[in-house]
Amino acid sequence: MDHISPVLWQFLQKWLARFPLFPPEASKIAPQSDALYFFMVLVSLVGLTLVVLLIVSFSIFYSKARHPKAVQIEGSTLLEATWTIIPLGLFLVMFVWGALLYFRIYTPPANAMNIYVVGKQWMWKAEHPGGQHEINSLHVPTGQPVQLTIISQDVFHSFSIPAFRVKREAIPGRYTTVWFEATTPGTYHLFCTQYCGTNHSQMIGDVVVMTPDDFKKWLASSTSGDSLAQNGERLFASLSCSACHNTRPDARGPSLAGVYDSKLTLSTGQAVTADEAYLRQAILNPSQHITQGYAPIMPTYQGQVSEEGVIALVEYIKNLDSDYRVQQTLNTTEIPPESGGKAPPAGHVPAAQKGVNP
Amino acid sequence: MSAATIVSLPDQATARIPKMNFITKENGLLSWLLTSDHKRIATLYLISITFFFFIGGALAGLIRLELLTPQTSLMAADTYNKVFSMHGLIMVFFFLVPSVPATIGNFVIPMMVGAKDLALPKINLLSWYLYVLGGLMMLYTMSTGGVDTGWTFTTPLSTHYLNTNVVSAALCVFVAGFSSILTGLNFIVTIHKMRCPGMTWFRLPLFVWSMYAASILMVLGTPVLAITLTLVGLERIFHIGVFDPAFGGDPLLFQHLFWFYSHPAVYIMILPGMAVISEVVSTFSRKRVFGYTAVAFSSVAIAVFAFFVWAHHMFIMGISNYSALIFSLLTMLVAVPSAIKIFNWAFTLYKGSITFETPLLYAFGFMGLFTIGGMTGVFLGSTGTDIHLTETYFIVAHFHFVMVGGMLMAFLAGIHFWWPKWTGRMYPEKISQFAAVVTFIGFNFTFFPQFILGTLGMPRRYAAYPPEFQALNVFSTAGATILGVGYLLPILYLTWSLKYGAIAGNNPWQATGLEWQTQSPPLTENFTEIPIMDHEAYDYEWLERQQEKEVASVG
Amino acid sequence: MEEADHPHHEEHPSYQRHHFESVDQQFDATNFAMWLFLVTEVMFFGGLFASYLIMRNWYYRPFVEGSHQLSIFWGTANTAVLIVSSFTMAMAVWSAEVRRKGTLLLCLSLTLLLGFVFLGIKGIEWHEKWEKHHVPGIHQYSIAAFLDPASDPEVHKQYPDDQPLPYDLAQKTEQYFFLYFAMTGMHALHMAIGCGILIFMIVRAKAGAYTAGHVTFVENFGLYWHFVDIIWIYLFALLYLISRHG
Repeated sequence: MDHISPVLWQFLQKWLARFPLFPPEASKIAPQSDALYFFMVLVSLVGLTLVVLLIVSFSIFYSKARHPKAVQIEGSTLLEATWTIIPLGLFLVMFVWGALLYFRIYTPPANAMNIYVVGKQWMWKAEHPGGQHEINSLHVPTGQPVQLTIISQDVFHSFSIPAFRVKREAIPGRYTTVWFEATTPGTYHLFCTQYCGTNHSQMIGDVVVMTPDDFKKWLASSTSGDSLAQNGERLFASLSCSACHNTRPDARGPSLAGVYDSKLTLSTGQAVTADEAYLRQAILNPSQHITQGYAPIMPTYQGQVSEEGVIALVEYIKNLDSDYRVQQTLNTTEIPPESGGKAPPAGHVPAAQKGVNP
Repeated sequence: MSAATIVSLPDQATARIPKMNFITKENGLLSWLLTSDHKRIATLYLISITFFFFIGGALAGLIRLELLTPQTSLMAADTYNKVFSMHGLIMVFFFLVPSVPATIGNFVIPMMVGAKDLALPKINLLSWYLYVLGGLMMLYTMSTGGVDTGWTFTTPLSTHYLNTNVVSAALCVFVAGFSSILTGLNFIVTIHKMRCPGMTWFRLPLFVWSMYAASILMVLGTPVLAITLTLVGLERIFHIGVFDPAFGGDPLLFQHLFWFYSHPAVYIMILPGMAVISEVVSTFSRKRVFGYTAVAFSSVAIAVFAFFVWAHHMFIMGISNYSALIFSLLTMLVAVPSAIKIFNWAFTLYKGSITFETPLLYAFGFMGLFTIGGMTGVFLGSTGTDIHLTETYFIVAHFHFVMVGGMLMAFLAGIHFWWPKWTGRMYPEKISQFAAVVTFIGFNFTFFPQFILGTLGMPRRYAAYPPEFQALNVFSTAGATILGVGYLLPILYLTWSLKYGAIAGNNPWQATGLEWQTQSPPLTENFTEIPIMDHEAYDYEWLERQQEKEVASVG
Repeated sequence: MEEADHPHHEEHPSYQRHHFESVDQQFDATNFAMWLFLVTEVMFFGGLFASYLIMRNWYYRPFVEGSHQLSIFWGTANTAVLIVSSFTMAMAVWSAEVRRKGTLLLCLSLTLLLGFVFLGIKGIEWHEKWEKHHVPGIHQYSIAAFLDPASDPEVHKQYPDDQPLPYDLAQKTEQYFFLYFAMTGMHALHMAIGCGILIFMIVRAKAGAYTAGHVTFVENFGLYWHFVDIIWIYLFALLYLISRHG
């Protein structure tokens, strides 16, 4: 910006600050999104100018007063080719550029920090792995890729952060993901952009971007004590998952230690990667996600555990690298291992579990 | 505007409306309600869709009034949700879809192909009755609590989470859709089977080509909407269905089925508008449309491609990245024929002899505003930018530019263009030009700020919004007031013209096209003898020879 | 249309509408229109078939178990009924063409009768579903027969190798029945409309409307009837015969 007069630049900045034409660029992808957007604006302006110029100039030069006799022209293959190929070429450029941008936004990097978001009528709940819960707000650090794993509890919602140029639908029944890396500390809008009923316009909040140090401080001060995984562990025990998912030789279910992100073969022969979506499905629709070699006796937990509960369980399984603690709970649980089939009511905590420290 | 005009009226001192015409042929309400004359049916449609347009417009006014303030000040959030839902439903299904086809199309297509009526006149009347039935059901839906699903009936919200008149609304759209199917069916059969001798496909006016393409979409796409809404209704009644994830259904299945129709629907809405523009641009530049074949094939190309792009409404909804890629590519392809048409129309003006009567003013408005609307469609068709822009006011601005700036302007162009043929009278030129300009200005003030609002991130369907968006919203509402005036004026002066307008004669615009060879208003049977088409479309030289012959034989 | 307005009034059959130049054009146009209408019907049922395909792909076993609850006997009977009715309808068209009013009336009446038989059998099947609590959503849908096949002796005798479904899959049988009722219901609605039109046609045929050379209505209705028949054949295969292959 050195080549623009400093006075003019200040004026422009002030003007833009008061009448912004686009949101602040607060993520790494935002300038890239804006670059394509401005290219499109430019092309549109050029196209519009061209069309208007043609119409206006032809109207002037060929008005009846000036050009009383029309000349019948059938057409021109050259012109047709020109205004077919050039727009097509420009549109294809936008297609490729946009596709690259799209893939970038919807392909999270491996080192992304995962935050779960549950949308429900009419609020957003964000769940950090450390157990911090937020309603209608999202605290994130700068300089760290953040992946959001989003789901809806009821109807379609859509999680939108204009300042980051990201948006993703919250769909009931499946996870969707989007990622970003925030660059500028500040508070930005968070909107629900998919019409979801009465208070759709109230389903808004703040995305608070903090420096990594401030974020650490915030994490420490807002924790409720237990991380998501710890909550998951509690649920795992109370729902008696350990009755089948343990390392005993006669275990009815596969051990879950290290299962996250591993390759599994299902009883149908299909090969899957045990990601969050699979784990969720395995809990809620187990009969179609049985690992090969095991009987299809896992009961479904649909209706017994909310999406937040599923998230806690998924987090727990993600972090499970040994069955030690599972074995411990088995030794002290009061539920006999033979009772397979129906799960006991949710919230039931084996007596011996209550005194266990995290 | 200079005195240069193409209008050629008969001597007003001696001219009279022809005593025998389709309006005077029979009298009495029943003769209208039981008619099989396509022109009477078109008139019935014109009255009904105008009625629904103003209801939809009033709802739009309420939306803009509410959005003057950041809070929900005028009405409760629930009410606002109902208002925008019904605005959308009425405008899409009871105005835009039938607008040009059912009024101008019905009126003009038989004459353009040289036939005495459409192929299936009774089906035509049935389609009007279905429209009226759907409309009455919509009025019932509105007056008994309304519906707040949005015009898109998104599940599972519409199936399990609302207790408003969802089934009633779905039914009325179903019925209106049936009306649309029958209209399209009639047109296809007529264009295939009722062309007069000598009327080959490539001698048809481009109006017919575009209407044909739109009819194909109506016939193939609308039934899918019908079954989708039926499934929504069944799911609501039986509390289970294929769209609810809680029962193992798939909410995305609804999205696919719904948009499979609703994307072609937007081309159903715009192709008839493009049809009008071809006729208007040609007539007022006295030239054959530049690149006739290209324009004809573009219409068909749009119709074909229309069926393959529906998931561009679902880019952020969890479809696979590769699926998004394919649909984005196809969307870019479908944008090209529209661009081709705009350039062909622009070059029709080249070396023409242009006069600026009202229809051409509306056509120019169409060309500029549709270019903007169409280009912003490309913004949305590119997956990366769609992520930021979708579900915001950018979408609202985009579709209003193409539908209101495009389609509605084309509709008004067509109404003004064929008004003399329809009624035998001219509308008053000066005030109509004024109204066209007012509409154009009002439109831009209303909808251009919405592009900016969308880029800033303001979501659509919001009754309340963050205060920093207020300035642009106020601007938009101010524009809407002007736009309202622009739409009110034609009602007034067109009605006025029925009694006091100048007598038009057969061919006030000196247009080519078989309809202009008949009296104004036309006879019930259009032609006393089926014409024989012995010249190309837009043959102004043929027209000159005709006029010379007339002068020679009468004088 | 009054005679006085036709200065050049050529002789044309009384059933030729005035906007057509010839009977051929009239027949051509209306026939084309009927085929086009049937295309819209294909698109209409297409939405149902698309939903069915997806749900069956997701929940194959529940769909198989659900289909075992249907009576192959009644389904085959209905298929036979409709195929015969298509034959009688084709005979009706022929009768109209050769101007045999008696045969026409007989064929139309047989077609109507067979149509009613079809609807009657459908009624029997649906009633049975109602009794067994397999109507989705309303009337306490029961998955007992799927959790424990032995609890349903009739079906279990026919399909002794059926395994009990896990609870969550058993619940998905309700999706099968939702589609079953939606598809057969939509088909039955089309049948009922067809029967209604048949009644109208029998009355008109009695008055000689179709045996004076004007067979368009009968022909076009024949197309519609055959179409409804074909849809049923697809439904029969997709709903009843899921596991019967290979």
